[in-house]
Amino acid sequence: MIKPVLLTTDVLLFLLFAVVAAFILYARSRPHIRGPWLRVLSGRIAAASAVVLLAFVLTGLLDSIHFRLPLENNGTSDEVYYSGDVLSLLDVMLGPLRTQVEKTYSAPFATHLYSRETVFQPDGSEIRAYPPLEYGGRHLQESGEGRGQDILVRSLFALAESLLVSVFIFVLLAALLARRDAVGVGRKMADILAQNTVLPWRVVLASVSVLLLLVFLAINLAGVYHVFGTDKVGQDVLYLTVKSIRTGLIIGSLTTLVMLPFAIMMGILAGYMRGWIDDVVQYTYTTLNSIPGVLLIAAAILMLQVFMANHPEYFETTVERADIRLLFLCIILGITSWTGLCRLLRGESLKLREAEYIQAAVSFGVSHGRIITRHILPNVMHVVLITVVLDFSGLVLAEAVLSYVGVGVDPTMNSWGNMINGARLEMAREPVVWWSLLAAFVFMFALVLAANLFSDAVRDAFDPRTHAR
Amino acid sequence: MFAYIVRRMAYALPILIGVNLLTFYLFFVVNTPDDMARMHLGTKRVTAEAVEKWKVEHGYDKPLLYNEPETGIEKLGNTIFYEKSVRLFAFDFGYSDDGRDISFDISQRMLPSLAIAVPVLIVGLLINITFAMMMAFFRGTYLDVSGVILCVVLMSISAMFYIIGGQYLLAKLLRLMPISGFETGIDALKFLVLPVIIGVVSGIGSGSRWYRTFFLEETGKDYVRTARAKGLAESLVLFRHILRNALVPIVTGVVAILPLLFMGSLLLESFFAIPGLGSYTIDAIRNQDFAIVRAMVFLGTVLYIIGLILVDISYTMVDPRVRLT
Repeated sequence: MIKPVLLTTDVLLFLLFAVVAAFILYARSRPHIRGPWLRVLSGRIAAASAVVLLAFVLTGLLDSIHFRLPLENNGTSDEVYYSGDVLSLLDVMLGPLRTQVEKTYSAPFATHLYSRETVFQPDGSEIRAYPPLEYGGRHLQESGEGRGQDILVRSLFALAESLLVSVFIFVLLAALLARRDAVGVGRKMADILAQNTVLPWRVVLASVSVLLLLVFLAINLAGVYHVFGTDKVGQDVLYLTVKSIRTGLIIGSLTTLVMLPFAIMMGILAGYMRGWIDDVVQYTYTTLNSIPGVLLIAAAILMLQVFMANHPEYFETTVERADIRLLFLCIILGITSWTGLCRLLRGESLKLREAEYIQAAVSFGVSHGRIITRHILPNVMHVVLITVVLDFSGLVLAEAVLSYVGVGVDPTMNSWGNMINGARLEMAREPVVWWSLLAAFVFMFALVLAANLFSDAVRDAFDPRTHAR
Repeated sequence: MFAYIVRRMAYALPILIGVNLLTFYLFFVVNTPDDMARMHLGTKRVTAEAVEKWKVEHGYDKPLLYNEPETGIEKLGNTIFYEKSVRLFAFDFGYSDDGRDISFDISQRMLPSLAIAVPVLIVGLLINITFAMMMAFFRGTYLDVSGVILCVVLMSISAMFYIIGGQYLLAKLLRLMPISGFETGIDALKFLVLPVIIGVVSGIGSGSRWYRTFFLEETGKDYVRTARAKGLAESLVLFRHILRNALVPIVTGVVAILPLLFMGSLLLESFFAIPGLGSYTIDAIRNQDFAIVRAMVFLGTVLYIIGLILVDISYTMVDPRVRLT
């Protein structure tokens, strides 16, 4: 039996997922919430970025189901011992990527190591040569001949597979939509292709096909080559950057999640209650805001490091230790970033409390708590939503900077920040090792760009000021 | 005006005290001087005497807040809180863990920081305003749409990529300028070009997109319609009317960060090995030199508050409708 491991951030991430799912169910039957969201998704750019974001989220969720495998039992006792390695479902799915570790650097699609080493010939003599890789291009001949052809064949194979699956999804989608709208399947297919639907399904299908192509390329090529090369200790760079997705997602989403209750409560209370509560809240956020963010984070993380160094007994595995640090980083990032939202909410509630319907509620004798939850909260939710979505990409980018400064996630944790930080030295090497940087760049850029484009659409749909114009 | 400034300074005092208490709590209560001593001396085989010796050497051997055996004012004066935190108010930053005078280091490092930050600000401002105006002038056309998308693309690239990529491309491949380093005097120029270029480029995306909204906000106003109605050319409307009014939020935004320029840029300075305050901060964080971090936190807070006051003053200067009371 495997032993499930429940990390704190896993729990929070799935909690967040459940909240979002519950919200979707709730919003389905309420046209005033559904309307703006349909408007968001009917934009072509927003729909495409939503698909990309979903792919990232799916990867992150798969990477959040952790467990420990039992060690081989030699039959002497019934007790089961578990391996110290905490694996995730994604690790199992990626299989060979995790286990096929080379000796050191190798370039993308290489069959030989990137640096010369002393190789012993069969006749006992030794020469300086590029030794062949243990796994990369093993199915080819020793000299690596026929590699281009092999890559081409495999790519074409991936293209065919992805086309096949895409067509299947297309037909399935058309059939589902046709059943819902009670029209013929052929008619619906034509509608989708002609972009004649409420949601831009053609764009969605196109982006899904592109993603599928990439996935199939990875499936076909990554098993026998190191698509993005290997890093200093020979680990597959593609594996490292895919594993980094979870870190980025957690920093981007949990940070806002942990600060949200504070910001909402204090912002609304300050704006609605006025008086000394307002003074206290304003003082608190001005004080926190005046400390330079990086320095506050650095101070807090340094304190945590000291605490962890002095209390090693609290953490069972290094993964758990890194996880607590990640959570702490989210909290401290939240503390430095809630002030903006709090200030916005305070201003909004100040305006709302003078609104006629609130005055009416007050004169009817409705309690403060009820006014806040029934009248003010729903009317400031668009501010909260816009802030959460807009903050996401900034936080993902901040993680990289913090890792560089040395106060980011744990150095043992896979993250784009750590990859970029390592790449700084690799770029100074001769010859240059550029693939780690490239891989981190491609994945991070895709996530941040999709998040930026999506958040723009959300802001346009929900911000009342944009309608007025 | 003068009375207003004095009152604002008085308001700043509780904030500074709050920041001071917070950092004091973080640095001395969560993480006691004993912990710090162990960390500096290494965790293994440290005797209690060694810890005590380290604490005496670095001035951490006093009670935290209240010194019982002392008499009179010394009860509060001869404590870690007074020695390490209250003295910051007089800009007496004390000594770093390796025994250097922090105030002296800061004064030495301010100039290189400004040498990077000021050109980045000025050049960046000019370029961003130009781009934003172009997008506003061609609003609604493909030029505008593609400009906005380009901005989003530029925004989505981490500053680290700009720096590493720029260093590699311009300095290592094309050999146009040195990769990193710094010199005093006129020789500094060749070292400054690359960081300034990168600092400007990495800010174009968010900057021009942000300024564009200011321009668009103004184009919808009545005075613009009036200007057009009396037959002014669109370019004249833009330069003579819209630009001036859109500059109000831009100028006040710049004024807010003006004092913070002294703090330098963390990334640029440390990647380009420029001996400014940004790299000073990063080095302090990496060496876990709490005295420097504390000094920088205090300095940053003071500069931030000065920025807030300057913003209010600048409002009265650029916008005659605003009066300070």
